[in-house]
Amino acid sequence: MMDFDLTSEQGQLKDSIGRYLAGRYSGLEAREAMRRRPEGRDPALWQGLAELGLLGMPFAEEDGGYGGGPVETMIAMEAIGRSLALEPFLATGVLGAAALRFGASAAQKARLIPEIAAGDLCLSVALTEPGARHDLGHVATRAEETPAGPVLSGRKDLIVWGESADAIVVPARLDTGGVGLFLVDPRGAGAQLSGYAAQDGSRLADLVLDRAPAERLDPVEGSAEDADGLTVIERIAEAGIAALAAEAVGAMEELHRLTVDYLKTRRQFGVPIGSFQALQHKAVDMLLMVEQARSMACYGAMMVEADDPAERRAALSAVKVQINRSARFVGQTAVQLHGGIGMTMEYIGAHYFKRLTVIETQLGDTAFHLARVADAGGLIAAE
Amino acid sequence: MDLRFTPEETAFRAEVRAFLRSEIPAGIRRKVSEGRKLEREDIVASQRILNAKGWAVPHWPVEWGGQDWSAIQRYIFTEELQQAAVPLPLQFNCYMVGPVIAAFGSEAQKRRFLAPTANLDIWWCQGFSEPGAGSDLASLKTRAVRDGDSYVVNGQKTWTTLGQYADWIFCLVRTDPEAKKQAGISFLLIDMKTPGITVRPIVTLEGHHEVNEVFFDDVRVPAENLVGTENKGWDYAKFLLANERSGIARIGMTKERIARIKRLARELPSGAGTMWDDIGFRTRLAQLEIELKALEITQMRVIAAQMKAGSDRPDPASSILKIKGSELQQTSTELLLELAGPYGAVGAGRVTGPESAAFGWADAAAALYFNNRKVSIYGGSNEIQHNVIAKAILGL
Ligand SMILES: Cc1cc2nc3c(=O)[nH]c(=O)nc-3n(C[C@H](O)[C@H](O)[C@H](O)COP(=O)(O)OP(=O)(O)OC[C@H]3O[C@@H](n4cnc5c(N)ncnc54)[C@H](O)[C@@H]3O)c2cc1C
Repeated sequence: MMDFDLTSEQGQLKDSIGRYLAGRYSGLEAREAMRRRPEGRDPALWQGLAELGLLGMPFAEEDGGYGGGPVETMIAMEAIGRSLALEPFLATGVLGAAALRFGASAAQKARLIPEIAAGDLCLSVALTEPGARHDLGHVATRAEETPAGPVLSGRKDLIVWGESADAIVVPARLDTGGVGLFLVDPRGAGAQLSGYAAQDGSRLADLVLDRAPAERLDPVEGSAEDADGLTVIERIAEAGIAALAAEAVGAMEELHRLTVDYLKTRRQFGVPIGSFQALQHKAVDMLLMVEQARSMACYGAMMVEADDPAERRAALSAVKVQINRSARFVGQTAVQLHGGIGMTMEYIGAHYFKRLTVIETQLGDTAFHLARVADAGGLIAAE
Repeated sequence: MDLRFTPEETAFRAEVRAFLRSEIPAGIRRKVSEGRKLEREDIVASQRILNAKGWAVPHWPVEWGGQDWSAIQRYIFTEELQQAAVPLPLQFNCYMVGPVIAAFGSEAQKRRFLAPTANLDIWWCQGFSEPGAGSDLASLKTRAVRDGDSYVVNGQKTWTTLGQYADWIFCLVRTDPEAKKQAGISFLLIDMKTPGITVRPIVTLEGHHEVNEVFFDDVRVPAENLVGTENKGWDYAKFLLANERSGIARIGMTKERIARIKRLARELPSGAGTMWDDIGFRTRLAQLEIELKALEITQMRVIAAQMKAGSDRPDPASSILKIKGSELQQTSTELLLELAGPYGAVGAGRVTGPESAAFGWADAAAALYFNNRKVSIYGGSNEIQHNVIAKAILGL
């Protein structure tokens, strides 16, 4: 029965993480100070998130986690979006967590999850390779069996918060032609990791592998054969889209709030610019886009656990299309309504716009997902 | 958070669906689906079937024929009506004057009007807009002057939808020309057969006689036909317009149209295949479906928020539903017209020859497209809705 309420525990989670991040990311200067640190973030905050219980949240209790689901992830990501936080939660708590949930054996989970929950282990997932664009099935990196275990060779790029990761989940082509997922130490033998800044202040990394030793993620104990890695990759991407949707909603709401505040305070021609109807209507159009995005973030949280893969896939693609379109409109319009100040690095609103623009490019752009919805025959049955 | 329906709600939906599809004549539903003009008898027949089941006015107070349904049941019911392409119960009766009489009318008015209004024994039309009073409705000029136990009405109403079928008209009239404009307005019920009333047709751009001008020349209206208190009519009008706005998103109707577009596209030859093979077309349709899905959930969020606030009153968020819902209705008619291709140019009933089987619907598609431009104008134009949101939600 259509219920958009949070449970009291979820409400507490929302309050505590919102308060925690708002306190640390108190403004652009605080964020800039973190961005200038070696890994582009402040590791002390990661410990703080662990203490809030956020890092164990994405895992089932029997695996050593705290049993959160898509709604808890939505709450966390929305807070991250709202505060424009530079935290590798998407990398570890969403993408990495999904890789373990859907792709790892019980023994692997028992080993890794408590470490993640404690804040001692960061993950990321190397989802793309040069030339793949948005096709996650494009996997040219090869896995080779050796007496000492598998080794990987190939190139991965655009790894989210790759430098912060202690282990990276790497999809690689098997001898059988299928795809397997492997854990790689990005600072180990045969691995070369190079990080760089993204447009939004976060960090990305490329990984070059040359016979780098790896551990196969092994969903069914003892039978590494033919557990289909592509299915797991799909689940990881879907979890990522649902999470990005929530992050984008948090960022859009905050940017819209900043914009409406600005309309009320900035004066020209002797009056607040918010008294101009042309600007009022733009601000309303932003609200419409934010609300439509929030609705689709809810839909994403609901559908990410749906059983039918085709239905799930079309739904998450629909979510990403709406999120991307809303993000672009809200970001661009916010800059426009601010005038010159919206164009500067000194203004926090501009940074929200940049984060929203990067979200558009991540895990599939609008054209890619729109084509997927169209290929699926849409969302509404013809009969 | 849970967006799924309960088993009881799903069972309710199935019951409604089965009833509508078996009891409302298929011929009427086909006309609605194709966007063809409905005759008066079609609308009456369909509403009477619903009313016999107790479903014409489920949102009315129970003592006057309403159902004790939750907001979700009402939502499901309306969606099923639209998806089954059932003519909606006459808006003027069921969503406008009926609720106003039930809320503000005298006992005598309730007894006299409500049952025949629900059964469409009385056909009502809405006499609000005037040539000089559209968005600025409160500037209306039609005068009603008290003379003994009647009012004498002089003036003109316009855009009166289906006034040619109407037995009665509910009007906003000016009873106190001295007062501030909202404060001098009253809500009057007028029998269309009263001497001094003239109805003149206006043909809307799709070619149908849908609206009218209504002239009042010394029309004597018994004072007992005043609703509520004299000069308080603006309050009742606001109540009515808010109800009108919240019903206007018509998501179920757009869904039904999309399903139909898909069926047609699969049959329509284009190039070596069908229109369904045209990825450009399918992509535009997908874009519409995505926005519609988002709006559907937005609507559920608005309903859930209202239920939580324990209020039946539409909140300003319903303006969001009006704007987006009307835009998506219009987009769906654009796609239908696009599907007709070159046959979209053909006037009413003129698609003949070998193409007639495949394109017999094309003239109606164009009419529907033209006619649907109205949905962003009436019910408070989309610009006015923007003003409402800017003020009430954003505080600008
Ligand atoms: C098909 C149809 C059926 C109708 N049926 C009925 C009916 O049965 N009964 C009835 O009473 N009325 C009916 N109406 C009338 C309808 O409610 C009015 O058309 C509507 O209120 C707009 O008024 P207007 O046409 O005078 O346009 P105007 O108010 O003159 O508006 C013209 C343009 O100016 C814009 N505008 C006006 N004011 C503002 C503002 N403050 N800020 C920004 N933009 C503004 C409008 O959005 C519009 O774009 C119907 C209309 C149509 C088209």
